Amino acid sequence: MGRAVLILGIESATGRVGCAIGGHEGVRASVQTTRDRRHAELLAPQIQAACAHAGVGLRDLGAVAVDVGPGLYTGLRVGVTTAITMAHALRVPMVAVSSLDLVAYPLRHTGRTLTVVIDARRGEVFHARYGCLPGGVQRLNEPEVGTPDHVVSQILASADETLVVGDGAESYASMFERLRGVELADPGFAHPSAESLVLLAHALALREEFVRPDEIEPLYLRRPDAQPHRTASSS
Amino acid sequence: MTGSGPLVAASEPILGIETSCDETAAAVVAGGKQVLSSVVSSQIDLHARYGGVVPEVAGRAHVERMVPVVSQALVESAVDDSDIAAVGATAGPGLVGALLVGVSAAKALALVWDVPFVAVNHLEAHLHAAFLDEPTLELPVVVVLVSGGHTMLVLMEERLRYRVLGATLDDAAGEAFDKVARYMGLGYPGGPAIDRLSEQGDRDAVAFPRAMLHDGWNFSFSGLKTSVINYLRRQPDAPAADVAASFQEAVADVLVAKARRAAAEHGALGLCLAGGVAANSRLREMTLDACTADGLAAYLPSRAMCTDNAAMVAAAAWWRLKADGPSPLTVGADPSLGLPEG
Repeated sequence: MGRAVLILGIESATGRVGCAIGGHEGVRASVQTTRDRRHAELLAPQIQAACAHAGVGLRDLGAVAVDVGPGLYTGLRVGVTTAITMAHALRVPMVAVSSLDLVAYPLRHTGRTLTVVIDARRGEVFHARYGCLPGGVQRLNEPEVGTPDHVVSQILASADETLVVGDGAESYASMFERLRGVELADPGFAHPSAESLVLLAHALALREEFVRPDEIEPLYLRRPDAQPHRTASSS
Repeated sequence: MTGSGPLVAASEPILGIETSCDETAAAVVAGGKQVLSSVVSSQIDLHARYGGVVPEVAGRAHVERMVPVVSQALVESAVDDSDIAAVGATAGPGLVGALLVGVSAAKALALVWDVPFVAVNHLEAHLHAAFLDEPTLELPVVVVLVSGGHTMLVLMEERLRYRVLGATLDDAAGEAFDKVARYMGLGYPGGPAIDRLSEQGDRDAVAFPRAMLHDGWNFSFSGLKTSVINYLRRQPDAPAADVAASFQEAVADVLVAKARRAAAEHGALGLCLAGGVAANSRLREMTLDACTADGLAAYLPSRAMCTDNAAMVAAAAWWRLKADGPSPLTVGADPSLGLPEG
């Protein structure tokens, strides 16, 4: 069992951006804002505010946790860059958690199969399925990107009672809400939260499941949208 | 975080970060003039296969390279983290997904080190680059700021006082180089490829148009690019070196002619080149000749200072911090930021 550690969690994978500070006693302070595409403007002042509310300085931190996605690329880059730069400058280790895990975690007591669906834009979603275990959730497959249709077929194929959650579930609500055995979670659970990040990261930190800042890699799940240039005069 | 007032002492080192396009760069510059380190990690290898900069590829590479580049700049400068007086980052203009990586990293460091954050204008940084190589530079000068994204004629009256006399109405000069090079199959980036090929060519072989040569301060390179492409369609067997040299001559001719005229009209003491295209050997040669003929000082910074780098960002940050104080942490990336005039 490792020593108690104070953690800053940074989360910016969806339209929400936020951070939280906490440790063995739970979450001490959190600041979260949902103002689409303002991540670069909001995050640093949020970190200042969270430190002030928690009554700690950045030098008191023992680790920095970050949501590594999948999610909106611009937002992810703001959070991941801020987190790895801070951890490096503070010389503390990091904990990486997926956005899909963070959305599933608050629903761990529901006892149902969870399908987490995050809006990936361009008619696609990032998704994964989870089972509830005592005190936590277990991811049943690797995170994927695909069409909402594909997620619907997966749910129908499983025949499990399923709770669908995430901002992608909100965007494509009409496709999920009429399915037999399927219920949409409350929209309050739609975004990954910095508070869940700190709680999950603390459990991982106790098991010393740390990574170095240079090992953090955002989960893009898509290749950059560009075609290699072929012939000299094709344009 | 920090109050206003005199914030930066004469010799204090500032960390600069630059991620506006396809270079991840960090540098430590003391007192706005002494370069202690300047690290540039170019992504040219990543973008070459696409024939141009792909914003998403650039954004991903910046995230990956940011911490190693900043670490290297700090180590090479031999300045301890705790002695950095402020952190400056390019906030625009540029690619938004690339800019916000540098802005985010700079704010994170400013928070950890408890020092001011300074949002730097990329164009203003280019104007400060020449001073790092030419400490004796005397103002006012006319700056020809030419890169893949910008083409501007700027009258620099004081360190933080500029007037944009003219700008391109369509393609940037560097963009014209890239597009012509791409059509000719010379690869990416086009500027150095055309420069090299032109060495063996006859620059008077083809009389390409000089748009708006005697007309105002603005530029237009789109017609020239089209004219080169049409010429190659009609004369597919024309020697490539002659076409490249003639195209390059037309670009440099217009840039230098207007800069000269501007210097005479505004009583400037010299001409100064800035931006990636300022590395072009023919443009440098013509600028030097013009200055000799007109009795002007010629400021031709090194290639490393012309192309995107973070030393110029740190220098501009030092001057801005001294004049205006720190930027609020609520500043984001602004892809279309203009040069502050006044």
